[in-house]
Amino acid sequence: MSAENTNYLNNNYGVKSWLLTIDHKRIAILYLISVTFFFLLGGLFAALIRIELVTPAGDMVQADTYNRLFTLHGVLMIFFFLIPAIPGVLGNFLLPIMIGAKDMAFPKINLASWYIYMAGGLFGAWAMLNGGVDTGWTFYTPFSTSFSNTYVISTAIGGFLAGFSSILTGINFIVTVHRLRAPGLTWFRLPLFVWAHYATGIIQVLATPVLAITLVLMIAERAFRIGIFDPALGGDPVLFQHLFWFYSHPAVYIMILPAMGVMSELITAFARKRIFGYKVVAAASVTIAVLGFLVWGHHMFVSSQSPYAGVIFSFLSMLVAVPSAVKVFNWTATLYEGSVSWDTPMLYALGFIGLFTIGGLTGVMLATMGIDIHVHDTYFVVAHFHYVMVGSVLMAYLGGLHFWWPKITGRLYPVFWAKISALLVFVGFNLTFFPQFLLGYLGMPRRYHAYPEEFQVLNVFSSAGASVLGLGYLIPLIYLFWSMRYGKKATSNPDDAFGLEWETSSPPPTHNFHETPNVTFEAYDYAARETARQAMTQPVGDPE
Amino acid sequence: MKLDFPLFPDTASTLAPELDALYFFGLLVAAVCSVVIGLVVFYLAIRYRRTEANQVGKPEKGGLWLEITWSVIPLGVMMFMFVWGAKVFFEAQRPPADAAEYYVTAKQWMWKFQHPEGHREINTLHVPVGQPIKLIMTSEDVIHSFFVPAFRGKMDVLPGRYTQYWFEATKPGTYHLFCAEYCGGEHSRMRGSIVVMEAREYEAWLSGSASGGTAVAATGAEIFEARTCNTCHRPDSSLQGPQLEGIFGHEVELTDGSTVTVDESYIRESILDPAAKVVKGYQPLMPTYQGQLSEEELLQLIIYIKALGAEEDVEPAEEASSEAAS
Repeated sequence: MSAENTNYLNNNYGVKSWLLTIDHKRIAILYLISVTFFFLLGGLFAALIRIELVTPAGDMVQADTYNRLFTLHGVLMIFFFLIPAIPGVLGNFLLPIMIGAKDMAFPKINLASWYIYMAGGLFGAWAMLNGGVDTGWTFYTPFSTSFSNTYVISTAIGGFLAGFSSILTGINFIVTVHRLRAPGLTWFRLPLFVWAHYATGIIQVLATPVLAITLVLMIAERAFRIGIFDPALGGDPVLFQHLFWFYSHPAVYIMILPAMGVMSELITAFARKRIFGYKVVAAASVTIAVLGFLVWGHHMFVSSQSPYAGVIFSFLSMLVAVPSAVKVFNWTATLYEGSVSWDTPMLYALGFIGLFTIGGLTGVMLATMGIDIHVHDTYFVVAHFHYVMVGSVLMAYLGGLHFWWPKITGRLYPVFWAKISALLVFVGFNLTFFPQFLLGYLGMPRRYHAYPEEFQVLNVFSSAGASVLGLGYLIPLIYLFWSMRYGKKATSNPDDAFGLEWETSSPPPTHNFHETPNVTFEAYDYAARETARQAMTQPVGDPE
Repeated sequence: MKLDFPLFPDTASTLAPELDALYFFGLLVAAVCSVVIGLVVFYLAIRYRRTEANQVGKPEKGGLWLEITWSVIPLGVMMFMFVWGAKVFFEAQRPPADAAEYYVTAKQWMWKFQHPEGHREINTLHVPVGQPIKLIMTSEDVIHSFFVPAFRGKMDVLPGRYTQYWFEATKPGTYHLFCAEYCGGEHSRMRGSIVVMEAREYEAWLSGSASGGTAVAATGAEIFEARTCNTCHRPDSSLQGPQLEGIFGHEVELTDGSTVTVDESYIRESILDPAAKVVKGYQPLMPTYQGQLSEEELLQLIIYIKALGAEEDVEPAEEASSEAAS
């Protein structure tokens, strides 16, 4: 095989070459396989939940089973899918290439993070096989420490380990961006995907240790009866909520910031235009990361937290919505005078704008204390966070996966099926979750196995939508898998997009670039690239 | 399947219309913004759609004034919602002074209620219309949450402390009560009803259910005697603890010089952990009753001690002995 045809996929085929790889691209593939597996498992639990909720009586599974289903759905989707998905797969694969580096700053730590993540997955799987866990993904005390008879500790260890994996990924992103940028690639020439992952790294490193501490304290109380959270042992149950949300609210930004980074890449590539207000969008990522640390109490307006603390949390939650809104406006403005294609990744990106807008605005409603006291812990909240975390994050992940699929695999996916499934996802998603807003205001509490009859019709709509949504997720699984063998071979830049990742071959060579690139362009400067191209094609010396 | 399903909850409390107005405003903002953004995105994506394969967008010109405009306007709208939201929140938090006090004890998976008159109910609470009602709530085990959608708002019910929720029903009827905080196994069956009645019917119901002989467990006075609280906390006691008449709602000075207001939580703490906050001039002699009294018995004692404040001329010993005699 000639050196030019060697890439990161075909340089070695052995199992060891995958399991012991320190190539960020191969680690991304390991993450891709694992997060897909956990997503399917979490999705299966979601399907069972939606089937149970078709009828008001709790008749398909027992209450205890139902409680395990929604707990495992939440644990898997949050700790094992949403948090690692975009950073683990797209971030790992693209971040070094986008900054012209050969690999991450710490390739071995990068591999270690995947192993730690899988170890966390094993603890979770062990708990599941032994009968599961029924605390909800939030592990609220004293239920989790003194009342639940399920595998709380091993699930918590699973979450704890997944958290450590996330910390290592974050450290790698931060150091890589600081140390390994190609010559000429100044901070304000970085793709916004890199900015977003940098901001995500900050949250991962600073917030995740608090989750670890919280889970250790919870385990200490459950295993050794040390009174920390259970009032019967002299503890304070609300303290747990403060600690838990101090991590778990920023965790929402660990999920959404990388998705926003993907969005900035998609919108610019498929409008062939520099992003509107580059610096504002970059600064918005960092602002969200910082303010995101100060809003956790908005989960606790009715928890018996001080009402005055509630007022401050409500105020700060409003502030954090501003940079998110600004991003939406900037993406929209980027379309103006662009060259907008309706390719699959762009369909996902446009869908993201719609779903994220609804998710964000209902978030503002929830931050409004007077509204929250009614809809807190109802399906309104369920609908809201699915709009943000599934509607937006998953749309961005799928859009990004399609956009960079030719780069990752060297193959093109079938366009027809891709567009069909993008449409199914958008329609199915809205049909599933929009009725839940209505259910929430009507008063249907979340985590209900059985419910009063008057809620049935809306639940049936939601379950019907979920089946469309499920189909929308399954089709890409099939054709993407198919395309790896049968898809057309991709050129190095099939969408004529802008960015260092498109200047190397598809799939990239092991060290990403044969020569270290020298960056002379601003990010996404399609117009300047066009001018340069025209200058090259015109006869020298006689432009007139 | 019932096809004439509601899309909006019943409106049955004084809070409901105010909260609904705020909600509708929020909905309006959300709907207008979503539709406008959606239409603009659609328009731009069609108007500037790519017509030739190698077509490129125009250079980005930026616009600081645009960025500032679309930061400041949303901020303004959100600040308006924040202030309005806080106003509704504080109204929902602060019961009127004349609210009647009802007691709620939650446990896996039921609601136990006690009326000011002493009547008890499980999972169903009868209340009069037009009367502000304050619920003083605690849990015997895990965290629950008291949620009546028709009244709007909710409040978590925690073990080891008292929280409160108040409402004034405006419309007779029977309304769902849900536990809104996941509490294990049969969480979704921890449901009950609130029956709102006209004042006269409620009076009739009270006297009817009393003559019907609802089983009333030990009253506060009986517990006070049975647990020998009267050995110290009575004017003629041989051993002297702080006197309880009229102290509820007042401040007392503690041995460390600080003061504390005697409320439900302080009385509860003083029974379960007597040495925690000792009143000035007294020794920490009292034994703990941790683990010996149920949450309901604690509530009975608190209600009894409150009553000592309200009816200063009634001697607790006489009251207790007269009840014991009857």
